[in-house]
Amino acid sequence: MTDKLTTWKRRAGVGMVAGMIALAGPALADEALHDPLEGFNRAMFAVNEGLDAVAVKPVAQVYDFVTPLPVRAGVGDFFGNIADVRNALNNTLQGKLGDAATDLGRLLINSTVGIFGLFDVASELGLEKHDEDFGQTLAVWGWDDSSFVFWPLVGPKTVRDTGGLIVDIYSDPTWATINKSVAVRNSLVVLRFVDVRADLLPTDKVVEEAALDKYAYVRDAYLQRRRNQIFDGRPPRLEDVLD
Amino acid sequence: MMKKLITLLFATLFATLALAQEAPDALVKQVTEEVLEIVRKDKSIQNGDARKAIDLVDAKVIPHFNFHHMTALAVGKDWRKASPQQQQQLAAEFKTLLVRTYSNALTSYKDQKVVYKPFRMNAGDTDVLVRTEVLQPGNKPVQLDYSLEKLDAGWKVYDVNVAGISLVTNYRDQFGQEIRNGGIDGLIKAIAAKNKSLEGNLVKADGK
Repeated sequence: MTDKLTTWKRRAGVGMVAGMIALAGPALADEALHDPLEGFNRAMFAVNEGLDAVAVKPVAQVYDFVTPLPVRAGVGDFFGNIADVRNALNNTLQGKLGDAATDLGRLLINSTVGIFGLFDVASELGLEKHDEDFGQTLAVWGWDDSSFVFWPLVGPKTVRDTGGLIVDIYSDPTWATINKSVAVRNSLVVLRFVDVRADLLPTDKVVEEAALDKYAYVRDAYLQRRRNQIFDGRPPRLEDVLD
Repeated sequence: MMKKLITLLFATLFATLALAQEAPDALVKQVTEEVLEIVRKDKSIQNGDARKAIDLVDAKVIPHFNFHHMTALAVGKDWRKASPQQQQQLAAEFKTLLVRTYSNALTSYKDQKVVYKPFRMNAGDTDVLVRTEVLQPGNKPVQLDYSLEKLDAGWKVYDVNVAGISLVTNYRDQFGQEIRNGGIDGLIKAIAAKNKSLEGNLVKADGK
């Protein structure tokens, strides 16, 4: 069972990388547009909307309804603690060693005093939480412009961030070190997926009502948010049309 | 030290003298706290009464926004192609749409707290960024930033950023799409149609 899953994971990984390379071609030809794959993306977006409506959202809604707030907070903190491994790793790769040290300090405190990460004690002590991933690291290393891609279930990404996600999965303790118990690992991965989706429930209505074109709204919001993350919350100002 | 004290004294004095000329960070804080205080006490807004939330935003938040500038930012370079009358129509429709979105966020209020980040500005600044953060139990904090400009009528917000996403410029591609298809008037019609369908939902909710 473990072997089969690992093989599946490898294959999916290889497939995604191959797809990425294939997709990178047209991207270079038309970088200004950011969305040379729009036809494919809109099709995948429609597929995802369908999947979400029948399978993902209802589960997230039930989870949201039955889970009391303290439990939700614990789940969020638990996965947030695991994410600090990724934060530390990527801050190091981006040369932000002070931030990486904070991440490691957070990990140490929350895994012990915070009881396996169920409580985010470090934040209360004033250790700032970061939000880093390998896609951002690639951007800092110079791959700052990348075409938008929409994947079913995975959601909005760029070609660069799709590659980044594969590296994140390989370096994620949830996927890697708990590999010995597939059942535990799969439960955790599913729980995290549902928890993340449940966090997005209030956003659904806003996007639904705000957007003239939902696909374009989601795409542009994703690209703006990523730019903000890459610059750690302080992106350089874009030109104002009125100036 | 003495100099600092005197500056501080004068700053406080001026702030008290003219509310309209209040420091931008103080303005954001005051309006935010005022609105949150009302929402905290109002169970019907918390239970999703969109109409009530819209009225609240209209009364408390909108006077501090510059919709002309916001709409120009959302439209981008095509803004210059619009006649003054078209610009006015666009700004009015866009305002309705944004108020709706903003009020919606209020109806999903769940014990959030707003933290105000340290703010610094130089004496002559007329364009500033006020940074805040929304804390919610069990969720990552959400960055919420306001861009303000100084007009004769005081400081006005012209852009709102949620988690780095500008609620204003996020419309640029969608608006461009409508303008390519039907010109400026096409865009006005498209936003008006969207507002009408949202109003329809509101009426349905009222009927319940």
